[in-house]
Amino acid sequence: MANATTTHSLTSNKVPTGITGFDEITDGGLPKGRTTLLVGGPGSGKTIFAMHFLTHGVKEFQEPGIFVAFEEAPKRIISNFESFGWKLNELTSDQLFFLDAQPKPDFIQSGSFDISGMLAALEAKVKKMGARRIVFDALDIVISLLPDAASRRQEIYRLHDWLLANELTGLITTKASREEISSIDQQSFSFMQFMVDCAVMLNHRVIQGVSQRNLRVQKFRGSGFDEDESPFVIGRNGFDVALARTLGRVDAKVTSERVTSGVERLDTMLGGGYYRASSVLITGFPGTAKTTLSGAFAEAACERGEPTMFVSFDSDGTEVIRNLTSVGIHLQRFVDNGLLRMISARTITGSAETLLVRIKTLSKEHKARCLVIDPVSALSKAGNELTANGVAERLIDWSKSDGITLVCTSLLDEMSGQTDGGSPLQISTLADTWLHLNYLVQAGERNRGMSIIKSRGTSHSNQVRELILSDDGVTLADIYTAGGEVLMGTMRWEKESAERVANEVAEVAAQLKKVSLDAEEAVLEVRAKSLQTELVAKQVEKTLLQRTTESREREQSRGLERMKELRGADISHTGKKVDKL
Amino acid sequence: MSQPPVEIFRFRLYVAGDTQNSIQALANLKKFCQVYLPDSHEIEVLDVFQESCQTLEDGIFMTPTLVKLSPFPMIKIVGTLNQSNIILQALGLDTLAL
Repeated sequence: MANATTTHSLTSNKVPTGITGFDEITDGGLPKGRTTLLVGGPGSGKTIFAMHFLTHGVKEFQEPGIFVAFEEAPKRIISNFESFGWKLNELTSDQLFFLDAQPKPDFIQSGSFDISGMLAALEAKVKKMGARRIVFDALDIVISLLPDAASRRQEIYRLHDWLLANELTGLITTKASREEISSIDQQSFSFMQFMVDCAVMLNHRVIQGVSQRNLRVQKFRGSGFDEDESPFVIGRNGFDVALARTLGRVDAKVTSERVTSGVERLDTMLGGGYYRASSVLITGFPGTAKTTLSGAFAEAACERGEPTMFVSFDSDGTEVIRNLTSVGIHLQRFVDNGLLRMISARTITGSAETLLVRIKTLSKEHKARCLVIDPVSALSKAGNELTANGVAERLIDWSKSDGITLVCTSLLDEMSGQTDGGSPLQISTLADTWLHLNYLVQAGERNRGMSIIKSRGTSHSNQVRELILSDDGVTLADIYTAGGEVLMGTMRWEKESAERVANEVAEVAAQLKKVSLDAEEAVLEVRAKSLQTELVAKQVEKTLLQRTTESREREQSRGLERMKELRGADISHTGKKVDKL
Repeated sequence: MSQPPVEIFRFRLYVAGDTQNSIQALANLKKFCQVYLPDSHEIEVLDVFQESCQTLEDGIFMTPTLVKLSPFPMIKIVGTLNQSNIILQALGLDTLAL
């Protein structure tokens, strides 16, 4: 059974716990009809995990469950769990049965004993209510009462056999043996680990004052599982295991729909705006208008009527709104109509993981389609350095799979340096679009420059633009490059006006030139006309001359003939001959 | 049996069938009663496998468990009952020791 090859039959061999992330890590949940050992220190969330497993069974699968409490009174457990909204009070004892198996304070022991009594009682109960799931919470309490290792081992074995015989999916929780306070010795502990089919470790560390919870599946017979430690959070809805992206997960739907960045020219630079469900990273030093750019995005999103969430770590939501109003971004109206939700995360304390879970929960509540996190680098605050990267990664993964367009700003501090251009969280490699804002100090001015460092899947401008904040909003302006130097601000303005003047001068000069050329042309035309007239006169003169010559010749020849006639000379054939004569 | 000044100790021993611990406990209890409470005890043996519902109601989870039903107060002793001094102490019969 356990070696089944297809995913489907594997899944059917598992019992879902309903714990976000855990069922994915184990590819379905806990092994069906087998025993799982849950190990963790005090306050590591063992009981919550176990209760989550039971209530999920009752509510989603109509599988009755039994909770055997060795450490805490069932009444207290029920009231403790009220805060999760699981409504344990509403479940009847036929659905969820609590067995108070705490050793009484007046407990007197003489010699060895076994847990047959409990198992016999439980067996009757299991049969009566048709229980499928059972939890033994803090088994170490009762095991530690046994006088020697052999009898401890025997009782663990007895329990295991009983679980198998009753085909119950069992979860045994016990305190970690590594801890000093553990009441179970190393030997029986490791024996339990060998015996069970699945072992899950919970640990709870405090790193620089920040609590970090991790879960790790240590073994799972006959099933693949994610072997790494996964951070988890005990949140409002119970247990939430952060899931790193694992192979084989269905990718999010990829869309080529574009959403505007809120700045018209930026959209043009990006070839139409950000992709829907993509992640955008805006990096820059303090005051480079990161918040303003993200505010413009939020405003545009709200104008499209999309629920948007703005998480600010730096300042209060109302402060952000007020500050953005000064640059023509009016968010208050969307807060009023409920489209925009401002979250001041400054007040949320806890690990990066906790923050992510809170953000996820709030965003689900709000059905957000666009999300701004300003700045995401706040996740890597003291104590979170180790986990923040993973959190940022999951943040991007999650927003993508939920189709949320994510805009994060990230502060570049002096430490991380601008030279490598990387954000402290290394999310620059994960983000789809990366805008970088910087200052350019020149001629006694600081001006904001913006460039697109990368934008996956879109053609984008490689030019640096000047970012101008005014009452009317955010605009981008071309910058001038002169002699390899970039001009911004006043210098750009000067350059622009100088260029305007130069243009005017050139225009006037051209006009002048044209006039003078016109004049010259006119003169030449006149001259050409008079010459033409002269030419005609000459030609007339020439014709006249020719005609005069001809008539004179004619007269002459006529005169000669007449003379010949008069002299009686022979008639000549040609004039010439005559002439010669 | 019915001497007024002598209190009758009424015991109920929960056993798990004929498991080793249970057999030992019953034997130890009988021996104990013969030594310290001759003629002033009653023993009821209850098999948890037979009477599992009652076991659950009575809140018996570890076997063997000896319950002193009377005289008041009720006490429970878990285990094979191999240490007479512990039982004497629990029953408030310390004076009878040695």
